[in-house]
Amino acid sequence: MTLETFIQQLMNGISLGSLYALIAIGYTMVYGILRLINFAHSDIFMVGAYFAFFLVAIFRLPWGVSAILAIILTALVGMIVDRAAYRPVRNAPRISALITAVGVSFFLENLGLVTVGARPKAFQRPDIMARVIPIGPAAVSGVSIWVPILSLALLALLLFIVYRTKVGMAMRSVSTDIETTRLMGVDVDRVISYTFAIGSALAAAGGIMWACKYPQINPLMGIYPGWKAFTAAVVGGIGNITGAMLGGFLIGLVEIMTVAVLPGLSGYRDGIIFTLLLVFLLLRPTGILGEPLKEKV
Amino acid sequence: MERRRLHLVLTLALIAVLFLALWWADTHLGEFPLRVARTGAIYVVAAVAYNLVNGITGQFSLGPNGFMALGGYTTALLILPLQQKQFVWFLEPLMWPFNSFSFPGYLFGLAVLLGGVMGALGALLVGIPSFRLRGDYLAIATFGFGEIIFVLANNLIPLTNGPLGMKGIPEYANVYWCFGAAVVATLVVSNIANSSYGRAMKAIRDDEIAAEAMGVNVFRTKMLAFVTSGFFGGVAGGLLVSLITTISPTLFTFGMTFNLLIIIVLGGLGSITGSVITGFGFALMSELLRVVEAPINIGPIHIPGVPGMRMVVFSVLLILLMIFYRRGLFGQFELSWDWVLSVLRVTRGVREWKRERKTESS
Repeated sequence: MTLETFIQQLMNGISLGSLYALIAIGYTMVYGILRLINFAHSDIFMVGAYFAFFLVAIFRLPWGVSAILAIILTALVGMIVDRAAYRPVRNAPRISALITAVGVSFFLENLGLVTVGARPKAFQRPDIMARVIPIGPAAVSGVSIWVPILSLALLALLLFIVYRTKVGMAMRSVSTDIETTRLMGVDVDRVISYTFAIGSALAAAGGIMWACKYPQINPLMGIYPGWKAFTAAVVGGIGNITGAMLGGFLIGLVEIMTVAVLPGLSGYRDGIIFTLLLVFLLLRPTGILGEPLKEKV
Repeated sequence: MERRRLHLVLTLALIAVLFLALWWADTHLGEFPLRVARTGAIYVVAAVAYNLVNGITGQFSLGPNGFMALGGYTTALLILPLQQKQFVWFLEPLMWPFNSFSFPGYLFGLAVLLGGVMGALGALLVGIPSFRLRGDYLAIATFGFGEIIFVLANNLIPLTNGPLGMKGIPEYANVYWCFGAAVVATLVVSNIANSSYGRAMKAIRDDEIAAEAMGVNVFRTKMLAFVTSGFFGGVAGGLLVSLITTISPTLFTFGMTFNLLIIIVLGGLGSITGSVITGFGFALMSELLRVVEAPINIGPIHIPGVPGMRMVVFSVLLILLMIFYRRGLFGQFELSWDWVLSVLRVTRGVREWKRERKTESS
């Protein structure tokens, strides 16, 4: 491989990885608090991309405004999903909550298929994303530069919220012990609602940037990125926010680099990631940064 | 002992009646109702086994589509006639040994059985890494497994013919095969559920730590349930491809698992007889619900048909079931001979009691 293609592929992998990191955070935060795999998260990601698409294409809003509006709207959708579907089953057996999550995921996908149709739509990306920028000998597309920068900014903002604000403190407290937190006078349901909002907002940001990177969107676009991001969350140590970021970058790089080094395997790229997941479950189930799960009896 | 023998006789009698009814249906009913019935029976095979993992052992698996794919491809490769094999693999030749033989019709049972074995092996492969951990890792691992199978089916062209799949698979899966498999699956799974293994499974579902403390080998019990379900998943896949005579990777996507999930939730997680009833119910319902996808004319108002509406209805149904009617139709209740007999006896008793009161008052 020449240095030129190596730089291109490296940037490509980093930008893909940063998107996985953004999505993985939503999974890991909800799992950390509720011990629930939010299957619908991958479809929230899709909803975010569609909101941006419609705001740009139909309401003709400027790009930045529609991206921010789309993120806010998606955060609301996340809160509604939590309120309508997850809160009623919060005290039910775990398996009921998981089945509800699968149901919500399928509902969003099929609602998308019924309302906007299965045909992929061309996503108008802003010029800044489409422009090609030279880095040394390589020519790298704007997406590969801007996506990691924007993602890192969002991740920094998230870390600030979680570790430096009162809401963040409440979130960390809820994930440690729900009952005690409730006894301390924290409105647990509201904190969980905020968690869904933040996770969904990040997923929407990821979805919009994903659509800039691969400018065709369809109602099933979230499935693969979502599951790979979940794999990233597991690889990084589920429940651990920094781990999810690390796992995201790792998965993105592995995916791009295997295909770059061994082009013959390009048809198997999705399979490789899931095999990696099974290997991780076998060898290091707590992930890179995860602590061994302690169970209270 | 006496009661157990009575139950055995009753079960055998019921099976005999069922097959007499099937014989009648096979000769008198048209192609369409028979097809729905066969589909229902195949759903029952897969759903009953799936319920053993999700409902009885309480482990959330999303794997049946992967196991069905394994079984389906195995059976299809074994029974596809040689001539058809040459016709289907026109881009790349089919790999050895499958290009040199094909099972005749009387070995269909063996082909389906081997499909089941492949499903069981797949379950073993996924089960070992995921059951070493507690919690929901099984859901992720089984989903990943299904996707790996999908990717392999799309890319291993010398074995699977890729996205084009195979067509012209002989339609050996008649009502007897499908219902026979459904009966066997139901009997095997309910016998496991009522054995000491089954009680261990239920103990794990209710409290894993307590079960472990009582000496239940958690890993082995979960594996038993999971491998059994993998086996019957493979069997169901093999029957399904012979029923619809074609196979392609898209036949076994996550949508298949979703259908089975609806069946076991609606029937009641942990109720085998519930899954049997809703398995048939689902096959019937997905035919009836085609109405919502067809264009509707109410007087002058024309509502165009929306393809995919059925799945929206089903997913809303699943969410509502989980929120408002978590126990499903049957909960963990089983239709058993004891129950049937007691109902009959009670009603007879009430009738006699009423008659006695009438004679007393007159």
